[in-house]
Amino acid sequence: MHVLEPFFALIKGFWTTFRSFLEKPITYQYPEVKRPVRPRFRGRHELKRYANGLEKCIGCALCAAACPADAIFVEAAENTDDARYSPGDRYASTYEINMLRCIFCGFCEDACPTEAIVLGDNYELSFFDRQDGIYAKDRLLEAVHDPIMLTPQKTPPGIFTRSVPEMQNPTD
Amino acid sequence: MDFALFLEWTVKSLVLIFGLLFGFAYLTFYERRLLARFQVRIGPNRAGPWGILQPIADAFKMILKEDLTPSQADKVLFIIAPVLTMAPVTILAAIIPWGTSVNILGREITLYLADISVGILFLTSVASIAVYGIVIAGWSSNNKYAMLGGLRSTAQMIAYELALGLSFVSVILLANSMRTLDIVAQQRDLWFVILQPVGAVIFIIATLAEVNRAPFDMVEAEQELTAGYHTEYSGMKFALFFMAEYEKMIVISMIGATLFFGGFREFWFLKETIFSVDRLPWLGPIYLFIKLLIILFGMVWVRATLPRLRYDRLMALGWKVLLPLSLVVVFITAAGILLKEQLNNSLYLAIIPVLSIFAGLVAVALVARDLRRKENARS
Repeated sequence: MHVLEPFFALIKGFWTTFRSFLEKPITYQYPEVKRPVRPRFRGRHELKRYANGLEKCIGCALCAAACPADAIFVEAAENTDDARYSPGDRYASTYEINMLRCIFCGFCEDACPTEAIVLGDNYELSFFDRQDGIYAKDRLLEAVHDPIMLTPQKTPPGIFTRSVPEMQNPTD
Repeated sequence: MDFALFLEWTVKSLVLIFGLLFGFAYLTFYERRLLARFQVRIGPNRAGPWGILQPIADAFKMILKEDLTPSQADKVLFIIAPVLTMAPVTILAAIIPWGTSVNILGREITLYLADISVGILFLTSVASIAVYGIVIAGWSSNNKYAMLGGLRSTAQMIAYELALGLSFVSVILLANSMRTLDIVAQQRDLWFVILQPVGAVIFIIATLAEVNRAPFDMVEAEQELTAGYHTEYSGMKFALFFMAEYEKMIVISMIGATLFFGGFREFWFLKETIFSVDRLPWLGPIYLFIKLLIILFGMVWVRATLPRLRYDRLMALGWKVLLPLSLVVVFITAAGILLKEQLNNSLYLAIIPVLSIFAGLVAVALVARDLRRKENARS
């Protein structure tokens, strides 16, 4: 028994690798098959809208203040009832995130008082031009399925006076 | 020498050389795919269907890369080294018989390039030239990692060449000839791996060390020596080293198949059937190819399983275990053959495997005891 022990050890080792040879590969064929992301995955940011199409972002720049990488730039402008982008007084006329600086920490998401900025599922952020790394509102804003929902909208006066909506506790 | 003979040799040489080149390219692919499967991956499958164009893409990349020569390098030797590593491997392929002979257009064509009466001697002498290439590469690079890699390689090759040569000796004794054709013919009834299993094991271990494969790839230990002797090489010169390494794998596997696993002869269960090489000589190359694939699979399997040896243990295994063991094995083989001839009874050949397995077990037990003692001394 003592003499054959090294051989048993050897066979055990070789059998271990051979067993993994017979296993099904765990590789995802990436461009064709994408691995689903986790619920709290932090990918590319998205600027959310309300159900009627108004932007949630009110241009407060708290996200820019919270950003440890200084990747966010926000410039605010006044809303009017004739050209309304978001509820309340102000909206973000410029909203830029520099993806070359962003570290995807999600602090902007936490800082946002209106849940306007959310880190989404998209992680395919490659680009050839450095300028393309700066994502402006046209790429960050959530798409709409109906052109009526596009901003600016003409709204009746006295309805959208409150900047920050009623909030619920987060679910995930 | 008539023209047809000249043409025959030229064609056979070209087939051999291009076959080796093709074999090298697809051996890298074979290895990468197998290794990937051992690691529960898929491996390269993008270039072409199932990735079969991957070697071609790799070749293009290699050729187009910048060919760098270090300014302080010894230029002449630096260029000669890859050639010197590559050439012997190609020469070695000439002595491997792929079959007996076939009839093409009424002309008897032998399925081997060179029928050398001292084939095995030729093999050992040519194979040891390759080490010059590696040493020269290490020296001429003017790089300490390359130098160390080259020196390690020399020491390792010298250590294991003895065991390798002695495992050849037992085959030569059994076949009573150095001609590779005779050796294959002698294995018609019984493969030498059954008659001399310990010799075959020694051959396999020494082979892995000779071609610098895992677990004996000390020469190219990335963690210690970056890339060993070819650290400073790039582009086509590096490709030549790479090529030499893989072609050496192919050639030495074919030699192993020839010496211990019946060469181009059919598998034992196909003997006396229609698939015998005697009936269909064209099957010879196919059988050898199948055996080659199996041995290469084994090499990849070993690479996927065993970690690299420590250098002093590598040397200790070569000098203190394999060399004495192979001497004992040669002695047992000679004794068995002598008994058989003196007493005129083939049954006495059976003492060869029995005694050599016993000797092998004793060697393993001694090594295990030694390792256990070291373990106890440490704790």
